[in-house]
Amino acid sequence: MAESDNIVVETAEKIFADLADPQTINNDKNNSWQAPLWQALSEAGLPLAWVPDDLGGSGASLADGFALLNAAGRFAVAVPLAETMLAGWLLAQAGIAAPEGEMTIVPASPKDRITLDADGALSGRARGVPFAKAAKHFAVLAHGKDGAVIALVDASKGRIESGLNVGYDHSDTVTLDKVQPITIKPAPEGFEQTNLMLMGGVARSLQIAGALEAMLDISVRYSNERVAFEKKISKFQAVQHNLARLAGESAAALAAATSAADAIANAKSFNDEVYLEAASAKIRCAEAAEKGGSIAHQVHGAIGFTMEHILHRYSLRALAWRDDFGSESHWAVELGKLVATRGADELWPLVASR
Amino acid sequence: MTAALRFDPIRLPEKCEQLRKEVRAFLAEEIAAGTFDPNKPNREDTDAPEFSRRVGAKGWLGMTWPKKYGGQERSFLERYVVTEEMRVANAPTRRFFVADRQSGPVLLKYAPEHIKMEILPRICRGEICFAIGMSEPNSGSDLFAAKTRATKTDGGYLINGTKIWTSSAHIADYMIAIFRTSPPTKENRRHGLTQFLVKMKQPGIKVNPIGQITGQYEFNEVVFTDHFIPDDHVLGEVDGAWKQATSELAYERSGPERFLETYYVLTELVRAVGPNPDTRSAEGIGRLVAQLHTMRRMSVSVAGMLQAGKEPVVEASIVKDIGTVWEQQLPHRVRDLAAFVEETATNRETLERQLDFAIKTAPKLTIQGGTTEVLRGIIARGLGLR
Ligand SMILES: Cc1cc2nc3c(=O)[nH]c(=O)nc-3n(C[C@H](O)[C@H](O)[C@H](O)COP(=O)(O)OP(=O)(O)OC[C@H]3O[C@@H](n4cnc5c(N)ncnc54)[C@H](O)[C@@H]3O)c2cc1C
Repeated sequence: MAESDNIVVETAEKIFADLADPQTINNDKNNSWQAPLWQALSEAGLPLAWVPDDLGGSGASLADGFALLNAAGRFAVAVPLAETMLAGWLLAQAGIAAPEGEMTIVPASPKDRITLDADGALSGRARGVPFAKAAKHFAVLAHGKDGAVIALVDASKGRIESGLNVGYDHSDTVTLDKVQPITIKPAPEGFEQTNLMLMGGVARSLQIAGALEAMLDISVRYSNERVAFEKKISKFQAVQHNLARLAGESAAALAAATSAADAIANAKSFNDEVYLEAASAKIRCAEAAEKGGSIAHQVHGAIGFTMEHILHRYSLRALAWRDDFGSESHWAVELGKLVATRGADELWPLVASR
Repeated sequence: MTAALRFDPIRLPEKCEQLRKEVRAFLAEEIAAGTFDPNKPNREDTDAPEFSRRVGAKGWLGMTWPKKYGGQERSFLERYVVTEEMRVANAPTRRFFVADRQSGPVLLKYAPEHIKMEILPRICRGEICFAIGMSEPNSGSDLFAAKTRATKTDGGYLINGTKIWTSSAHIADYMIAIFRTSPPTKENRRHGLTQFLVKMKQPGIKVNPIGQITGQYEFNEVVFTDHFIPDDHVLGEVDGAWKQATSELAYERSGPERFLETYYVLTELVRAVGPNPDTRSAEGIGRLVAQLHTMRRMSVSVAGMLQAGKEPVVEASIVKDIGTVWEQQLPHRVRDLAAFVEETATNRETLERQLDFAIKTAPKLTIQGGTTEVLRGIIARGLGLR
């Protein structure tokens, strides 16, 4: 994704560089950096990037929003930017205007279900909802007897059990017990929970790819500084080969994620080709997070295993992001079933469709 | 970010899709006519001269080259589509593939005009086969250790020495080879190698076949004894072959042939598990498809870079590294999953026969065209580590 010629990304990168420099964040034990960062992002209209002007957002294209998420991954930004963007996007699918402030998506896992009761109330439980505790509103996808609905819910109406994911970010359990939404509308024809999960999965893929780019960058830099046996460790062939593999994993993650983003941005519907792209991105990026992250730690030795070093902010978050909106095992099973249903002779035509 | 490598999500243009349909239709006809069996990758296909000519007649060889040499002036992306369809169908491409991918482009860049006019149209017609003469008994990864000598004589050079692992030398009409014209210098051990066009089946060349562990014959030893090569068969700069050899690598390393060589076992596994796979099979297939899809998107992206006139040496090396490691593991992963296939699967025997061959093929995949270790060295250089 183009970095320099994209005004949305440029704006975001400038804000991240000023207010979310990982080293500063790392040394700030009270998270006092979060409020000013969120304020700057909000003033730039970034959390509501995917919400059209007439629904209160800044109306950026899907493509620009995806590029923004990739940049957010490069800074391992720990504020609910991706979540609020996705929530705004979901609400906009049903023509619901987005409120101000932090939002998140309910449910965030393909297995969890929220149901719409006959009296118009929402009930159900959703685990692993990112930043639910920080959110003022939830964008909810629920199932009623007439199909899928999209609702805006006041977050204080839900019961939240706090949790932390592997990356030390909030990942909470949200229970809705006969909650009346602020607004509720039918989802567009054909819109299903799978679409939301694929969209969320691509968002996470772009963030993982960004984190891997950052890990490659700091690992290369570290290997050129650290001296052992009177040489920079970057001069040892074994270290070079590890970094070459990390570069490969980072490149694969970025290629899969940007390809899926491009597919969604240009598709009219979530057809099989988009499904292939989005599911593949989540699977491959999760694999890259595992392989790439372990190499980045290997290159850094013990220092990278400390809370004082910034590496874990990328590596653990990339690992944590694997779990949101369906893990790679989930999507692999689903993609495998799709391929099997289409049949052996349709596999290559599917792969070669783009 | 200093180290970031970009793989833009290139889409194949509409005319590629049209071409893809034509290639599929052509291959379906060839299969129906019994030219080859797509389910039998282990056949001996060294000699499929008529098939080569028919591919040439379609205009699918030398596709990107100038029309005056018999080419079609089409894009790299169109050539890409033809290559991948041929690979996936297991078509017998060995006779023309090296010339189309590598030797032709080298001649286009470095051969004198009259040689281009003589040879390139024949490659485009699918009439001639090329071999690559780089490796020697004591020089593989370390190309600059090559010793086979080209000694200046009246009107040309006399060649003495041995090339080895030369694929298809036994059926080749020509070889593009590097020979030593001078010793390396103290400052530059890469100095002193020159690229030559060798006409095979001439006095002073003896080709000895070498069997491979798959049971096939593809490799050869090629022994030169006072073999004469005329001056106008020198390609490019005398003593400067190393520059020429490295700039061609992006073409050799990032194509679909670098991850599709064992692909057929995946199709066959999907056939064997049927429409309702158990969870383990579904997950295994899903992961393999996601990995394949990702590599293909990277490879298409590199084809787009080549089309745009770039020299993506590092990106191409990454695609070859990831791609060949994948195609090497693929038969083993499919074997894991095939353990759960019902005894009654109608294609069980085909799958087993294919796995047997793919597992024997696998070890070579990360060696041919430059080993994994050498590629990772190139990537490391691209990252600024050396
Ligand atoms: C199927 C097949 C077809 C081939 N066809 C052709 C052909 O048509 N023409 C042709 O010229 N050649 C051909 N080759 C030869 C191929 O290019 C060489 O095998 C390859 O370059 C490796 O050289 P080598 O076999 O001499 O191994 P070596 O160079 O001896 O390498 C042995 C091992 O040492 C490692 N190694 C070597 N140097 C280094 C280093 N600096 N750092 C780290 N590790 C190192 C290698 O990676 C490898 O693992 C073919 C090979 C195969 C398998």
